[in-house]
Amino acid sequence: MVWGVVQFPGSCDERDAVHACGLAGEARLIWHEERALGGVDAVVIPGGFSYGDYLRAGAIARFSRAMEAVAEFAAGGGPVLGICNGFQVLCEAGLLPGALLRNENLRFVCRQVDLIADGARQSPFLREIEPGERLSIPVKHGEGRYYAPEEMLDEIEANGQVAFRYAPGQNPNGSLRDVAGVLNEGGNVLGLMPHPEHAVDPLTGSVDGLKLFSAASSALANA
Amino acid sequence: MTRARVLIRPKEGILDPQGKAVEQALPALGFEGIEHVRVGRMVELEADDPAQLAALCEKLLANPLIEDYEIESLDGTA
Repeated sequence: MVWGVVQFPGSCDERDAVHACGLAGEARLIWHEERALGGVDAVVIPGGFSYGDYLRAGAIARFSRAMEAVAEFAAGGGPVLGICNGFQVLCEAGLLPGALLRNENLRFVCRQVDLIADGARQSPFLREIEPGERLSIPVKHGEGRYYAPEEMLDEIEANGQVAFRYAPGQNPNGSLRDVAGVLNEGGNVLGLMPHPEHAVDPLTGSVDGLKLFSAASSALANA
Repeated sequence: MTRARVLIRPKEGILDPQGKAVEQALPALGFEGIEHVRVGRMVELEADDPAQLAALCEKLLANPLIEDYEIESLDGTA
């Protein structure tokens, strides 16, 4: 199983993402100008400030050559995980519903939060996580307030596309309905603001994030 | 070349924490009676074909899910 981690100018979490993927397979970086993904089995769009977050977070990265290839890969059912800025990129690209707005209190947040898996929909990333399970994962962002119009929120909830919510009282950014991560309709594309790649080693307090990577890896092995 | 100005603002009903922060700072500076402050963005540009500006706004300059935009001609022709 080979993971590809897309690196844009301004990405900053690609090394941690490669490390986390490396615990569940092999991993390599994909430069944003590459038009082909080189046969990888799953893709991570990592956190950071792609293209300086100019205009809107993720707005310019979505037009990169690598993202064209990622969109095709996702359309063919390939597993794609967008973390933080990667989540913003996937929303801007229309691969995930909704948008990420400036945090409600205008402050950059950096802290450990508890997530609760909603996980009604089957996704390669959620196979090792029970619905209702609590995961301890850090957040670090200034623009992570999940927003979608009410009808769209109703629709994604009804479809089982909410993957994770912040545990009660721990919503760090004012996200509507406490949404921390969402899936596309097919379940193969997951975006979340918290950083599972920073929670893969006991040294940093939690290994809950590793479940997302190992789940996708075993899902592909069994496919 | 047509010179144009694009105004982008958060959609009505969407919480605008920047606007709120500005509004809340005003009384301390002695400005009273100012409300409903909204903070947006302005893009000035020159275009060979102004007809493509709406598509440009929809695709890149604004995110239609969360933002409204207005295109103003600075030459009175757009």
